[in-house]
Amino acid sequence: MPGTEIERLIQLLARLPGLGPRSARRAALHLIKRRESLLQPLAEALSAAAEAIRVCPVCGNLDVTAPCAICTDERRDPGLICVVEEVADLWALERTAAFAGRYHVLGGTLSALDGRGPEDLNIDTLAGRAADPAVTEIILATSATVEGQTTGHYVAERLAACGVTVTRLAHGVPVGGELDYLDDGTISAALKARRSI
Amino acid sequence: MLTGPNGAGKTNLLEALSLLVPGRGLRRARLTEISRRIASDDPDHVRPWAVAARLEAGEGAFEIGTGLDADGAASGDAARRTVRIDGETARGQSALADRVAALWLTPDMQRLFTDGSSGRRRFLDRLVYAFDPAHAGRISAYERANRERARLLRDAAEARRAADPAWATALEDTMAERGVAIAAARNELLRRLNPACAAGIGPFPAAGLAIDGTVESWLDDAPAVEVEDRFRAALASSRAADGAAGGAVTGPHRSDLAVTHLGRGLPAAQCSTGEQKAVLVSIVLANARLRAADTGSVPLLLLDEIAAHLDGARREALFAEIRALGAQAWMTGTDVALFAPLGNDAAYFTIEDARIVGASIETGTMLQGAFS
Repeated sequence: MPGTEIERLIQLLARLPGLGPRSARRAALHLIKRRESLLQPLAEALSAAAEAIRVCPVCGNLDVTAPCAICTDERRDPGLICVVEEVADLWALERTAAFAGRYHVLGGTLSALDGRGPEDLNIDTLAGRAADPAVTEIILATSATVEGQTTGHYVAERLAACGVTVTRLAHGVPVGGELDYLDDGTISAALKARRSI
Repeated sequence: MLTGPNGAGKTNLLEALSLLVPGRGLRRARLTEISRRIASDDPDHVRPWAVAARLEAGEGAFEIGTGLDADGAASGDAARRTVRIDGETARGQSALADRVAALWLTPDMQRLFTDGSSGRRRFLDRLVYAFDPAHAGRISAYERANRERARLLRDAAEARRAADPAWATALEDTMAERGVAIAAARNELLRRLNPACAAGIGPFPAAGLAIDGTVESWLDDAPAVEVEDRFRAALASSRAADGAAGGAVTGPHRSDLAVTHLGRGLPAAQCSTGEQKAVLVSIVLANARLRAADTGSVPLLLLDEIAAHLDGARREALFAEIRALGAQAWMTGTDVALFAPLGNDAAYFTIEDARIVGASIETGTMLQGAFS
């Protein structure tokens, strides 16, 4: 039977997404075997992260400064705001280096079944930002899932009064996709969202 | 052909195969109910389980693994079924519909025409899956939005206030879009299936199928985009009633399948038990035949206790049709003599106490594994 410290480590690791009790035990043993090279640096990194990381009061991004580096970057267009569900989605967009505006992280999706309503998401702060005349376009980049679409639709309704242009990411044929292999839903979404070239 | 005494585990194997397509399988069991039970267990203890299969289709062989993993078993009724295709975890069960189609007939379905509409709706949607793999995903998205909206309306009613209109509108938009797509797919299936069913198959009766559904009927006289708007408006105006009813009072989740025995000119529900079963077989075979003509592949047929209630002529005709389709059919029965017309065209397995105790061909390790 593992000692209390090890047991506690395993229990905490098992709460990480993607890890069950079995993989948590394996990860704990792996860490303990590499005490100097992995366990201690990880403990220090965790403690430093807990100390330093802030939630940006403007956009909801995570950074060591508040407001975050993106919100304070003068080279970014303050007129464009891209709305995402989670920080992971913001990172995905940043990896593309294709967007030079700013972000707004909602912090999840609406779900009545899970008891997550508009007041639990950063929607009021978004409405506040959208009211700024300098903002010209809000891009909704929520996922193409039922929850993502519902949330996107909700945000669009809420922003209708601000008079700002609201757009959403295109749904359709993926880059490198062959029509023959796409499902009907994707093809009809692509047809609806067609554009002139 | 799987034969053996009652309780030997014949239907169990068919149920495992039925989990290779989206949904809850042929018993409609919860994931935790499929778990193996041992008398000495704590009644709340849930074991993980899995079904593994290697399938061959037009584009080559592939492997499916699906079940309840250890994390899922620990989380109880909130668990979701894990699906792996060729070892890669799929995003959801809908991915199965792209790969496999299966249709089944079980003794329970003898009451299909006399019981409530939900069984007939599921039967109809399963017929659609065989042609339109996206249908499963559409139904789960629609049902999720409907449940979300029901909860939103109920919570609002309990707090004696109106539901957030922007939120309700957003959910109704999803319901309208997916709901009309569901209705259109059902209509399209019937348009194609009805001529095949009306022809009848050998001694199996000709059948006529119709959908009794509001959204489906709107599609008869207006284009889909207009019907979407109409359904959206209907949902928006019935929020109070829907909140009280615990879900939308109109929509494709309320539609019913009406089946007529054309030879007798009677609704199927008014025919004898044997005739009802024959009508069901007729529809399933017509669907399999249509899919074979359409895609070149035939769905897996899982026919539980199929020989009961069918007379000799119909049994022979069923076996002949399965041969003609080139379908892989898994049939169970307690009496092997009823399957004599199959002769050497079938592989026979004798099952006792959840084990294969006799086989007419050499059994593969996978099939043995399913029982050990």
